[in-house]
Amino acid sequence: MKADPLLDLKSKLFLALLVAAAIVVPMANLVAAPGSDFYLPSFAVALFGKYLTYALLALSVDLIWGYCGILSLGHGAFFALGGYAMGMHLMREIGPRGVYGDPVLPDFMVFLDWKELPWFWWGFDQFWFACLMVLLVPGGLAFVFGWLAFRSRVTGVYLSIITQAMTYALMLAFFRNDMGFGGNNGLTDFRDVLGFDLRSDATRAGLFVASAAALGLGYLLARRVTTSRAGKVLVSVRDAEARARFLGYRVEGYKLMVFTLSAMMAGVAGALYVPQVGIINPGEFSPANSIEIVIWVAVGGRGLLLGAVLGAILVNGAKTLLTGWVPEIWIFVLGLIFVLVTLFLPKGVLGAFGTLSWRSGGARRGASAQPAE
Amino acid sequence: MKSVNTTIRGLALAATLAAGLGAGAKAEETIKVGILHSLSGTMAISETTLKDVMLMLIEQQNAKGGLLGKKLEAVVVDPASDWPLFAEKARELIEVNGVSAVFGCWTSVSRKSVLPVFEELNSLLFYPVQYEGEESQRNVFYTGAAPNQQAIPAVDYLMQEEGVERWVLAGTDYVYPRTTNKILEAYLKSHGVAAEDIMVNYTPFGHSDWQTIVADIKAFGSAGKKTAVVSTINGDANVPFYKELGNQGIEAQDIPVVAFSVGEEELAGLDTAPLVGHLAAWNYFMSAEAEANDAFIEAWHAYIGDETRVTNDPMEAHYIGFQMWVEAVEKAGTTDPDAVIDAIVGVTVPNLTGGYSAMMPNHHITKPVLVGEIQDDGQFETVWETSGLVVGDAWSDYLPDSKDLISDWRAPMSCGNFNTATGTCSSAAN
Amino acid sequence: MLLRFLLAAATIAVFIAAGSLLPARAASLETLLAELPEGGYDERAAVVTAIAGTGDDRAVALLEALAEGDLRQMKDGGQIVRVVREGRTHTAFDPLTGAEIGEISSRAASKIRVNNKLRRAIAAALGQLTLASPDRARRLAAAASVLKTGDPEQIEALDAALETETDPEVRTAFMDARAAAVLNAARPTAEKVAAIAQLAGRNDPQVLSIITAATTSDEPAVAAAAADALDRIEQARAAWGAVQNVWYGLSLGSVLMLAAIGLAISFGVMGVINMAHGELVMLGAYTTFAVQELIRSFAPGLFEVSLLIAAPLAFLVAGAVGVGIERGVCRYLHGRPLETLLATWGISLILQQTVRSIFGPTNQQVGNPDWMSGAFEIGQLTITWNRLWILLFALAVFALLLLILKRTPAGLQMRAVTQNRRMAEAMGIRSGWVDALTFGLGAGIAGLAGVALSQIDNVSPNLGQSYIVDSFMVVVFGGVGNLWGAFAGAFTLGIVNKFLEPYAGAVLAKVLVLVFIILFIQRRPRGLFALKGRAVES
Repeated sequence: MKADPLLDLKSKLFLALLVAAAIVVPMANLVAAPGSDFYLPSFAVALFGKYLTYALLALSVDLIWGYCGILSLGHGAFFALGGYAMGMHLMREIGPRGVYGDPVLPDFMVFLDWKELPWFWWGFDQFWFACLMVLLVPGGLAFVFGWLAFRSRVTGVYLSIITQAMTYALMLAFFRNDMGFGGNNGLTDFRDVLGFDLRSDATRAGLFVASAAALGLGYLLARRVTTSRAGKVLVSVRDAEARARFLGYRVEGYKLMVFTLSAMMAGVAGALYVPQVGIINPGEFSPANSIEIVIWVAVGGRGLLLGAVLGAILVNGAKTLLTGWVPEIWIFVLGLIFVLVTLFLPKGVLGAFGTLSWRSGGARRGASAQPAE
Repeated sequence: MKSVNTTIRGLALAATLAAGLGAGAKAEETIKVGILHSLSGTMAISETTLKDVMLMLIEQQNAKGGLLGKKLEAVVVDPASDWPLFAEKARELIEVNGVSAVFGCWTSVSRKSVLPVFEELNSLLFYPVQYEGEESQRNVFYTGAAPNQQAIPAVDYLMQEEGVERWVLAGTDYVYPRTTNKILEAYLKSHGVAAEDIMVNYTPFGHSDWQTIVADIKAFGSAGKKTAVVSTINGDANVPFYKELGNQGIEAQDIPVVAFSVGEEELAGLDTAPLVGHLAAWNYFMSAEAEANDAFIEAWHAYIGDETRVTNDPMEAHYIGFQMWVEAVEKAGTTDPDAVIDAIVGVTVPNLTGGYSAMMPNHHITKPVLVGEIQDDGQFETVWETSGLVVGDAWSDYLPDSKDLISDWRAPMSCGNFNTATGTCSSAAN
Repeated sequence: MLLRFLLAAATIAVFIAAGSLLPARAASLETLLAELPEGGYDERAAVVTAIAGTGDDRAVALLEALAEGDLRQMKDGGQIVRVVREGRTHTAFDPLTGAEIGEISSRAASKIRVNNKLRRAIAAALGQLTLASPDRARRLAAAASVLKTGDPEQIEALDAALETETDPEVRTAFMDARAAAVLNAARPTAEKVAAIAQLAGRNDPQVLSIITAATTSDEPAVAAAAADALDRIEQARAAWGAVQNVWYGLSLGSVLMLAAIGLAISFGVMGVINMAHGELVMLGAYTTFAVQELIRSFAPGLFEVSLLIAAPLAFLVAGAVGVGIERGVCRYLHGRPLETLLATWGISLILQQTVRSIFGPTNQQVGNPDWMSGAFEIGQLTITWNRLWILLFALAVFALLLLILKRTPAGLQMRAVTQNRRMAEAMGIRSGWVDALTFGLGAGIAGLAGVALSQIDNVSPNLGQSYIVDSFMVVVFGGVGNLWGAFAGAFTLGIVNKFLEPYAGAVLAKVLVLVFIILFIQRRPRGLFALKGRAVES
C-alpha cells in the first residue's frame, strides 16, 4: 500500500477532505438549526458548490497545460457548452410553467415569435440525453478542433490564440438571438432538476454533493492519466515535443486524447455549475473568463492537479470576500495578488509550500531555458 | 474531522463577515439597504453613477431622521458586470447582510439572473432602467420605462411631427432591442407602414466600426420618403455610431435618429455639435424645468463634488423608487417585504419633472414621456411630451403571445401573467 | 388608446391654431418676434416663414440666432433676448439691435425651443433670404437648402440669382436647386425631364431621394426619365460598392494594425503575451483627453493641433508605463512567458481600475479638430476625414517603425534578439536593455494607437478590452514577431470583414473571420509570414 502511484498521501488527504466536506456542508445547512454555531447559510452551500465546479474546471485545464503543455485560452468554451447542454434540459423541464404557459417553447422563443422548437433542442427534455450531450458536445468540439490543430502541428502561442478565437467566435455566435440559445440573456429561470426543486436547500445540498463527487472522480481520473505510462509521454511532449516525436511516439494522438478528455471534464463542470448559479449566458464564453481559469491554475501551482483545485478556490474565495469587503478597490487587490504571486511564488501557492514530488518535475522544467510553451 | 469542520466553518464565517462588515457588530440598529450595481467591468461605466445616487439618497434620508426611527445603512457590493455573480451577490445581500430592499441591476440579463433569488428569499428589488417588458414579478419594482413608455410615444412623435414614413430599426443584438423592435414593427405595420419601408439591423455589443451600417442607412434614406432611425444601440457602441453619423454628414433634419439608450451620461463622451436635433425619448431629462429637479441637481453636484457631472433618467428612476419604498415602509410600519409589497401599490411620489409618479398594481410606475433633441451643450431639449402620465405596460399589446396577459399583484389576483383569454395565471409557482 | 386619442386631438388643435394665425403675415418683425415663443411647432414655423417674408434686413441674423438656440425669453417680462454663453456666464443682447442688455443667470430665461421641423423651416427661410448674399459660402448653403425643400416658389428668386451669378460652383448649385424646385412645380413636362437630366449628374442621397420621388410622377415621360436616371445611378452605385468595401476594409485594417503592431514587437522580441497592451492603448487615449482638457482651459487656440501635441505625449506616457512594467515585473519573469501573461493580466486590471478611479467610469469627451471632422466624396464613395487621417497615421507609424528596426543600431539589436536571443547575448548585446527598449517602444506605439482611437471610439476605461482580442488575432494571423505580418494581417482581416458584412451582418461576419483565422492557422501554423530560424522552432 505504501507506494500506490494513483493514491499518494496528498491525494488521500484531498479525497478525505472532499468526502468530509460532502458530509459536513449539507449537514451544517440542513440539520443544524439556523442561528446555532454550526449552521451554514444556504448562500454558502451554493457558493461552495460553485467553487467545486470551478475547481473541476481548473483541474481540466491543468491536465492539458500542466502535463501536456497545451495552453488553452478557450477552455471556458467547453465549460459553457456543458452548461448550455444542462441549461437546455432545465429549460425544457420548466414546461408549461413559463410566463406564457407554452408547454414546449421556452419563454424567450415565445416572445421572439418562434413557431416551433429548433432541431438542436430536440431530445433535451430527456435527462439522460442532456447528460450525454454534456460530454459529447464539448468532447466532440475538442476532438475536431484538436484533430485539426495537432495534426497541423499548431503549437505554442498560435494554439493558445486560436483557442481564444474559438471561444470568442462562440461567444459572438451565442450572443445572436437568431441562434436560438436565448441571446445575451441566456437561459435562466430554472425550476427543477429530475423533479427536485432547484430553490430548495435540500436540492442545493444535493448539487453540492454531486459537485464534490464529480471533482473527486475528475481528480482520480486525472491522477490515473498522469500516473500512467501515457502520462509520462504527455510530460515528455510538454518538455520536448520534437524529441518525443523522434522517439516514435504519436504525439498528436496523445495530445488529442488528453485534450478531448479535458474538454469533457470542463463540460461536466459547466453542467453542475448551471443549476447552482441559476443562469448560463454567452458571457461564459468570453476570452477574459478563459484567461482567468488559467490564472487560477497558475496561482495554485501548475502541473500539480491539487494546485489547480486550490487556486480555483483561493482566487474565487478572494473574489467573493473582496467584492463584499472592499467593493471599490477589490480589483486593485486582485490585480496585485496576481502580480505578487507570479513574482514571489513562481510555482504557485501549492508549489511554494510543496513537497518533493514538485521538485523533481520543477527541476526538469527549470533546466530548459526556453520552455515548450 | 474536527479540523475539516473548522476549516469549512471558518470559510463560511469569513464569507459572512466579508459581506456584512461585521453584521452584528454595530450597537445601533439600522435598516439596511442593498446596492447591487457593477463598479468594475463593462457596465461600471453606467452603473457606478447609480451607486453614488443611492448613497446620496440614503444620506439625505438619514439627514431627515432616517426611517421608522432608525438610520438607514447602505450595503454596497460589486457584482463586477458578471451575471452569475449578480445572483450570488443578491443572495449574499439578502441572506447574509439581511437587507430590507435592494436597489440595483442595469442589464436585462443581470435582472433575469437575480429574479429567482428575490423570489425564493422573498425580498425587494427596485430596477431603475428602461427595459423590454414581458415580465412582472412580485418582488420586483420596475421604475424604468416599459416599451409603451418610451418607444411607442417616440415613434408617434416622429410619425406626426416629422412625417416619417420609412424606418430603420437599428439595435444591439440583445433582448431589449429585439423585443422593442418586434413591438415597433407590429405597431408600425398596424399604422400602414409597408414591410419594405422597415429596415432592421443588429450589431454586436461594443460594435465600433459603423462605416458600412451608416452608409446603408444613408442609402436606405434616399428613397424619396422621409426616413428616421430608431436606435436601441447599447451604451458603449453609441459614441462611435454618432461620430460616424456626424462625419458622414447625416443631419438630424434629413434623417433623425431617435435613441432609447442614449442619455446625458452617454453624450458626455461626445462633441454634440454635429448631432444637434437627433432625438431621444426618456421619462426625464436633466434640462427638465422643475424645482425638484433643480434641487436634485444641486444636491448631486454637492454630493459628487463635480459641477460638470450630469443627471439622467435611471437616476431619476432610483430617486422615485427610493421615495416609494420609504413611503411604503412608513405606511406599512415595517420593512417586512410582504407588508411593503402590499403597501406600495398606489403609493404616489413626486418625480423630477414636476409631476407625480404612482406605483401600479403591475409593479410598473406611471411616467410622463418626453421626446428631446440633442443640443450642442450635451443636454436634451424637450420638444414634445405626453399630455398626461403613461402607465407602464408589462405585457405588450403588440406581441401576439403577450397581448392577452395582464398583471395585478393585489389580492385576490396576485398574478404577474394572468391570461385573460384562458382565465388562468400561467406561472402559479408562487 | 386614450393616449392615441389625445395625440390626435392635439394634432387637430395645432392645425386649427395654425390656420387662425395666417393673418399675422403682414406684421412687422417686432410683433412677429414676440410671437415666436408661443404655440406649437407648426404655428411657429409659420411665424418663421412670415419673418422671412418681411424682407427686413435684420431677419437673417434673427433666424440664425433662433436656429442656433441662442434666443431666450426672460421669465419675468417675457422679453426675448439673444444669449451668448461664455463658460458659465450668460450675456443677453437685444436680438434685433444687437445692443448688450447685460449678464443674466442661466435660469432667468427659458430657451425658445427649436425642433427639427422648425429648423427645416428656418433653413428654408434663410435659403430664400441669402440666395443673393455676397458671401459665397452662404449662397451655397442657400442653394442646398432650396434643393432640400424643393420649394417651387423659389424658382423666380433662383432665376434672378442665376443672372448675376458668375462663380461656376455656385451656378451649378443654383441650377440643381432650380431643377429640384421645377420638379415640384406645375411646369411643362419637357422642363421637368430636363430637370431630371440636370440632377442625374449628382449622386448624393438628397438628389437620389428627389429622383426616386419623381419616378412616381403622374406624367409618364417624367416618370420614365426619372426611372432611367435612377437606373444609371444605381449601376454606378453597385460599381462603387466594391471600392467602398475596400476603403472600409482599409480603414478598419488601419485601426487593427495600430492596435496590434505594438503587441507584435514586444511579442516577437520577448515572446511575451502582454495582456496589458489594451490598457496602454487606453492610456494613450486618456493622454489625448488630458491634453485637450488643458488646452481648453489654458490655450483654446491650440485646439486644432491638440492631437499633434498629444501624440508624442501619449507615446511617452504609454512608453514610460511600458518600460516600468518591463523593469518592475517582466524582467524578473524572464524566459517564463506564461507567468508574464498572468502578471500583465494583473497589471491590466490595476491600470483599468486606476483610470476608473482617477477619471471616473464614464466616457470622456475627446473632441475632433476641424480637419478630422466631416467627409468628402469621390464618385459614390464617402470618405470621412478622420478615417483617412487614421489610415495615413497608421502607415506613417508603420514606416517609422520599419525605419527604426532596419536603420538604427537599436533596431538591429532588437532584430538580433528576436532571431536568437542567446546568440545575440553571446555577441555582446545587452538583452535586458533591448527588452526594456522593445517593450517601451511597443507600449509607446500602443499609446499612439490610443490617440487615433480616441477620435472614433469611446474614451472609457473599457477601451483597451475591446481591442485586445482583435489585436491577438492580427498578430497570430500575420505571424508572431513580424511587422509585415501584422501589416498584412490587419489589412486582410479588415477587408475580409468588410466584404462579409453586407451579406452576413456585422455579428456573423466577425464570427466567420474568426473561423477563417482558425482554419488558416491549420494551413500555416506559423502565420502568414513565418519567421525562419532555429529559435522560433522551440
